[in-house]
Amino acid sequence: MLPKQEVVAMLLAGGQGSRLGVLTKDIAKPAVPFGGKYRIIDFPLSNCVNSGVETVGVLTQYQPLELNEYIGSGQPWDLDSMNGGVHVLSPYEKRKNTDWYKGTANAITQNIPFIDRYNPDYVLVLSGDHIYKMDYSKMIAFHKEKEAAVTIAVQQVPMAEASRFGILNTNEDDSIYEFDEKPAKPKNDLANMGIYVFSWDKLRKFLLADEEDPMSSNDFGKNVLPAMLNAGERMYAYRFNGYWKDVGTIDSLWESNMDILDPNVPLDLSDPDWRIYSRNPVMPPHYIAKGAHVQNSTVAEGCNVYGNLEFSVLFAGVYVAPGAEVYSSIIMPGARIEEGARVQYAIVAENAVVGAGAVVGQKPEDVENKDEWGVAVVGPGCKAPPGGSVAPKEMLDAEEAGK
Amino acid sequence: MMRGNEVIGILFAYVHEERVRELTENRVMASIPYGGRYRLVDFALSNLVNSGVNKVGVITEQNYQSLMDHLGSGKTWNLSRKREGLFLLPPFGAEISRTDGLISSLASIHRFLKNSKEEYVLISNCDTVSNIDYRDVFRFHSEKNADITVIYRHGTSPDTDKNVVYTVDPEGYVLDILIKRGSDQNCNYGIGKCIIRRQKLMDLVDDCMSRNLYDFDRDIMQRNLKDMKIYGYEYTGAAYTISSFKDYFEANMALMDPKVRTQLFPAEHPIYTKVRDDMPAKYGLGSSVENSIVADGCVIDGEVENCVLFRGVRVKKGAKLRNCVIMQDCVIGEGTKLEYVVADKNVEFDMNRNMSGSSSYPVYVAKGSRV
Repeated sequence: MLPKQEVVAMLLAGGQGSRLGVLTKDIAKPAVPFGGKYRIIDFPLSNCVNSGVETVGVLTQYQPLELNEYIGSGQPWDLDSMNGGVHVLSPYEKRKNTDWYKGTANAITQNIPFIDRYNPDYVLVLSGDHIYKMDYSKMIAFHKEKEAAVTIAVQQVPMAEASRFGILNTNEDDSIYEFDEKPAKPKNDLANMGIYVFSWDKLRKFLLADEEDPMSSNDFGKNVLPAMLNAGERMYAYRFNGYWKDVGTIDSLWESNMDILDPNVPLDLSDPDWRIYSRNPVMPPHYIAKGAHVQNSTVAEGCNVYGNLEFSVLFAGVYVAPGAEVYSSIIMPGARIEEGARVQYAIVAENAVVGAGAVVGQKPEDVENKDEWGVAVVGPGCKAPPGGSVAPKEMLDAEEAGK
Repeated sequence: MMRGNEVIGILFAYVHEERVRELTENRVMASIPYGGRYRLVDFALSNLVNSGVNKVGVITEQNYQSLMDHLGSGKTWNLSRKREGLFLLPPFGAEISRTDGLISSLASIHRFLKNSKEEYVLISNCDTVSNIDYRDVFRFHSEKNADITVIYRHGTSPDTDKNVVYTVDPEGYVLDILIKRGSDQNCNYGIGKCIIRRQKLMDLVDDCMSRNLYDFDRDIMQRNLKDMKIYGYEYTGAAYTISSFKDYFEANMALMDPKVRTQLFPAEHPIYTKVRDDMPAKYGLGSSVENSIVADGCVIDGEVENCVLFRGVRVKKGAKLRNCVIMQDCVIGEGTKLEYVVADKNVEFDMNRNMSGSSSYPVYVAKGSRV
């Protein structure tokens, strides 16, 4: 038996993230680069460590290679400890009833033996596609105070946008009486952030019951939480006021990256008391050349910038040639922007190349039909040919381009 | 070939620190910050590790706290291992009789050397920034069947006392060794790195100790020149030996040259250093940065030209920096103008200060000062 851990975190990292298109073709969504040097999973992992939660199971299923490699021993997050630490949990063959993770709840059910080893009081369920800094220990304290079976983190959203979210209808004491998934006529403005604290004995019971139900899709939102509500369990909404963004789509991923350039957005990545840890590339500091022009941008190590850069995020080892222009764009690790190329409102993925004179994306003001405008994407390892162009909303795929 | 279990690395963390008094007041030579995010020891260690050496002893003398903090378990250099790894060797027992201290230091690690199984020892100072593949040197050493192979550079030797200057024949055989002041004339000067058989080194050190001889270059190298096969290996890649404060400044400025950066930081032989987990550098609206090296965590709202900015430097609006080396976590206040300034860690410049040195004499601002 391992030493008891009061809290075990389970991070759902198995989804395909199909709305990110080429960006998640070969990697799981939590491994998608974010913010100049991070990957999305750095945020929940760092939050765990900073909150004192040092036992984390990462549930992987879709394209886990790069994510597994990235997590490794967990050392960058101080999660390579003896008693807890980070564990990558993939579906595995059992004597009977072997299956993939059929749903979010099933992923946890299949790992009940992992959780039981630590004999925890609480299980924290997190998703791997959100950017936020949150002290889970406060949420757990709230959960204890309310003597709840489950506590769900919520964020207040503008009423007009509430119908895009999973809304929780609450009583005055923030106890939950109804789940309202993307309601046409929202009654409340508290959106479910996908962060749950469960009392383990309760969750364990409901997971096993859910597993017995052949009609269930084994999903937290659709099955387990409503079942708990119907059974009259104490369920509370925990209000969170900081920055939080779901980066599940190209647009939201792009926006969230732009947010780190905005001094008015409360997402300080340089807070010594709440570091966001990541696996650092081994590269020298970056170089800004004579004649380069860099405005309101963030640049990671190993970059060489000779051209113009405005409102952009450069990841490690990016090269921007003389005369190239990068505007309101995200350039992921190892990408090259060749001479005279123009990249605007675009995401250029890892190791992609934008050839000399190529034009990627457009400013919204230059597009007549606003419906045609969107962020352009050059896929991982893809080459936008010299002089060519990638239209707004277009996604350049390495395999497609090869044909 | 050079296998891990054939060679141990011995690094002298302190050698030549008297040459850069400003920077070594509170630290050893090996932990002098360099190039925006490194310390000098990173180059010495990474070169060894990249060449396949997996056992390294670091000999320290005093003021080695910052070095211990930096090295930790050696994990960064992949030297935190069950088998072999990193060994910090602080002074032990006997007092150190100075001339250069090397022989006494080596004598004090007698047991470490004796208990090692590796056939060879690669000895190196930490005052040279370079990216040497020691496997090439080792191959040369084996081919020549040498007793000792020293690594040298050709050119004008550093402007200090006690440069070791070699006369070599076309095969690399060392005919003569002189110890003299640096000069403008081209010569083959040593950069404090050599390969020697472990047993041979121990014998030579024992011999010197019993004769009260304490100077490595004089009493081991010169004295035995006729009895040993000493060969010189010329290293022609980028290398900067820090023998004065001016050298230090210039070695930093050299990084603006893309050719130097490619030679010092090739992707296949990376230079490892302790990570800090800071955000990428941020450039504000209205900032202007040209020809500069900038590390993670910097926030720049002013003007920067020809500078090396270490991690976490803040340059406020209206500040102007030209030809400066600004170390970790310095803050440059609004409207402050600096030229040819080397600011050590955590220096704070208030608003509207002016300070300038010259290219031949950069101004040094001590660690933690407030200007």
